[in-house]
Amino acid sequence: MADSITNVLLVGVGGQGILLASEILAEAFMIAGFDVKKSEIHGMSQRGGSVVSHVRFGEKVYSPVVPEGEGDILFGFELLETRRYLNLLRPGAKVIVNDFMIQPPSVLLGNDRYPENLAEEISQRFTDFKLIDGLKIATEVGNQRVANTVLLGAVSKHLKLDDRVWQKALQKMVPAKALQVNLKAFESGRSL
Amino acid sequence: MKEILSGNEAIARGAFEAGVKVASAYPGTPSTEILENISTYSSINSSWAPNEKVALEVAIGASFGGARSIACMKHVGVNVAADPLFTLSYTGVGGGLVLIVADDPEMHSSQNEQDSRNYAKFAKVPMLEPADSQECKEFTRLAFELSEKFDTPVMIRSCTRISHGKSIVSLSEPVTGLPEPKLVKNPPKLVMLPGNARVRHPLVEQRTLDLSTFGDSWEINRIESRSEEIGIICTGVTYQYVREALPEASTLKLGMVYPLPKKLINEFAATVKKLYVIEELDPFIEEQVLAMGIPVIGKEIIPLCGELSPGRIRVAFEKAEIIPASETKNVIEEKLIPRPPNMCPGCPHRGVFYLLNKANAYVTGDIGCYTLGFMPPLNAMDTCVCMGASISNASGIVRSLPPEEQRRVVAVIGDSTFLHTGVNSLMEMAYNQAPATVIILDNRITAMTGRQENPASGYTLAGVKAPEVDIPDLCRALGIKHVRILDPYDLEETKKVLQEEMSRAEPSVIITNRPCCLIKDDSRFSKSALLEVVQSDCTGCKACLRIGCPAIEWQPDAEGKKGKSFIDPLLCTGCTVCQQLCKFNAIRQVK
Ligand SMILES: Cc1ncc(C[n+]2csc(CCOP(=O)(O)OP(=O)(O)O)c2C)c(N)n1
Repeated sequence: MADSITNVLLVGVGGQGILLASEILAEAFMIAGFDVKKSEIHGMSQRGGSVVSHVRFGEKVYSPVVPEGEGDILFGFELLETRRYLNLLRPGAKVIVNDFMIQPPSVLLGNDRYPENLAEEISQRFTDFKLIDGLKIATEVGNQRVANTVLLGAVSKHLKLDDRVWQKALQKMVPAKALQVNLKAFESGRSL
Repeated sequence: MKEILSGNEAIARGAFEAGVKVASAYPGTPSTEILENISTYSSINSSWAPNEKVALEVAIGASFGGARSIACMKHVGVNVAADPLFTLSYTGVGGGLVLIVADDPEMHSSQNEQDSRNYAKFAKVPMLEPADSQECKEFTRLAFELSEKFDTPVMIRSCTRISHGKSIVSLSEPVTGLPEPKLVKNPPKLVMLPGNARVRHPLVEQRTLDLSTFGDSWEINRIESRSEEIGIICTGVTYQYVREALPEASTLKLGMVYPLPKKLINEFAATVKKLYVIEELDPFIEEQVLAMGIPVIGKEIIPLCGELSPGRIRVAFEKAEIIPASETKNVIEEKLIPRPPNMCPGCPHRGVFYLLNKANAYVTGDIGCYTLGFMPPLNAMDTCVCMGASISNASGIVRSLPPEEQRRVVAVIGDSTFLHTGVNSLMEMAYNQAPATVIILDNRITAMTGRQENPASGYTLAGVKAPEVDIPDLCRALGIKHVRILDPYDLEETKKVLQEEMSRAEPSVIITNRPCCLIKDDSRFSKSALLEVVQSDCTGCKACLRIGCPAIEWQPDAEGKKGKSFIDPLLCTGCTVCQQLCKFNAIRQVK
């Protein structure tokens, strides 16, 4: 039964825009005619805590949370957080990560060191791995703030939905005056 | 029409479709967005109350006036609202009344994980439990019908995964033709004096029996027959986990968790070889089924603490050897650096906790963003029980202490929390002259739950200007002689006032007056010039790190022994607290 469901996880740090990205994903799946469920914990997310959002789609979805070890695609907004949630993935899952680091409190205080070579380590465990410099591409597109949309574009390639569906979802979820730059950012991520 | 809605949005939609006229709530994760969404429907009079008891009483008043009304809160809110709830059960309703309670198994953002279903049984009111957003909407509508049909308040229990989970919902039109609210006198039913209440109580007991019978054939309680080997009774989000973890099992999905439909349970038990109850938290259904004389397995194999998940259910059934063990999953266990939440850069609470730590204070704490003052490096909170408890705990602790210890006791409470239940506590402290110091961290908003307005913030839920509670005058009116107001960004002044008030052997109140730094698009907060660490002047003494500001980063040198501080210009708000700590004048305004 679970095989007909695709499990997407979006992980990162509170304030990075994970909730909006997961809303756009869920919207796209609904437009494409799938059953969709989504779940995350908002309480502390605004205060720089670790955040994970679960988005599941398929013919019929029951649980709103992805069972441990059954994640199909992990969409990481930050390296350490990506590393933290690897155990939610099934072997052979796809991992798409923003090449970006946010220091947790103990590192800021100089009590810990941010782990080195995280990208390499993750890519050894999950060979279907892609590291994307979302910020750099977004800057090229003309606005640093659309880095998430670049990443979403990159993730979209693995989700087998029509261009049209994504455009519709973006149209619905992004404020009108930011739509053009977001569509452009999405395209550049999708064509990576 | 179909939309993806969160459980909270769907409950709000359900209230709208049910023709609700009055809604009242006090914020609390994961319930907060229910009222926020209800307020988008102009047909509903919606407002924040200072606490949950008041919210429920406002809804009760509206119901007595004939309007359909709703009150929303988090699980612990029902503790505060329990007093009216229990007697409301006796009076019954005028217009339908629904109390939404959102539980938080796993305590994602709560101080305990009490199971609200016990309240339904304790107060003798029916409770529904939806399993997805569609049911959130449907059940809210149905709850109003049930409320009026059986003359009872109805509780709906959500939980974090339902309230903050999203799924697809089909929308309908609101009901029409509800009676217009008007005043109807009925003292025997609504004046709960002993003589009247004694007449009402047997009616309540009969109502519970009638509801149980009604539940036997109500379609929201349904048997789904699959394999006869395993039968599972479940409700709410747990039903979804069960369907995923044990797809072959037969299920009795209960939409109404109290009172239980006894005939239906007997019927289901008779069709399966082995009966289980899978429920989050307490053995609420299990104990009642056992009391019916039906053998059932529940908490013997299912965890009592925390939330369930498909994985946890499967593990429980594998361990009990009810289903074969599955292949081991890709579990990577190791210790990673944690990423706990932190006060924001520029948070006006930060400097106060730094100074409380320096002053060697014993801090009786309270609930809000400032509870994070407990975390390192601030380490300046010693207790936190429930909203409002900081002041009364301080008042109690000083009673048996020698004077030099009494002086160290400081209660810390936010503006919203003070108005919620802190006012009573301060009244007690003033009345009984307990010699402790109280700090009211007035950041002009209920920040913790996402910045809701409150009676001292000057605005209503709808963003309309409102009268502001004058907190200093209120404290004086309660009998506090020493009320000091200060700017918490000014460390020198804060330190001085703190010392003076802590050494005073009388009750005193210090009120900080900086707004939350997230109220940006508002005259209440203005961002100052940003700061930088002038690297050539930084001696690497780490003094600025002691406030734990997320904008300040320690950058070690190559050997990792020494280093310098660095301020992230994207995060700095220019609050100057770190600047005041730098003895070498290395932190300066960006030119
Ligand atoms: C009885 C109860 N109701 C609601 C909550 C949820 N809650 C926790 S803190 C808080 C308000 C905090 O606001 P405030 O005291 O102004 O402090 P701030 O977060 O702004 O610093 C709320 C509503 C709770 N924990 N207990």
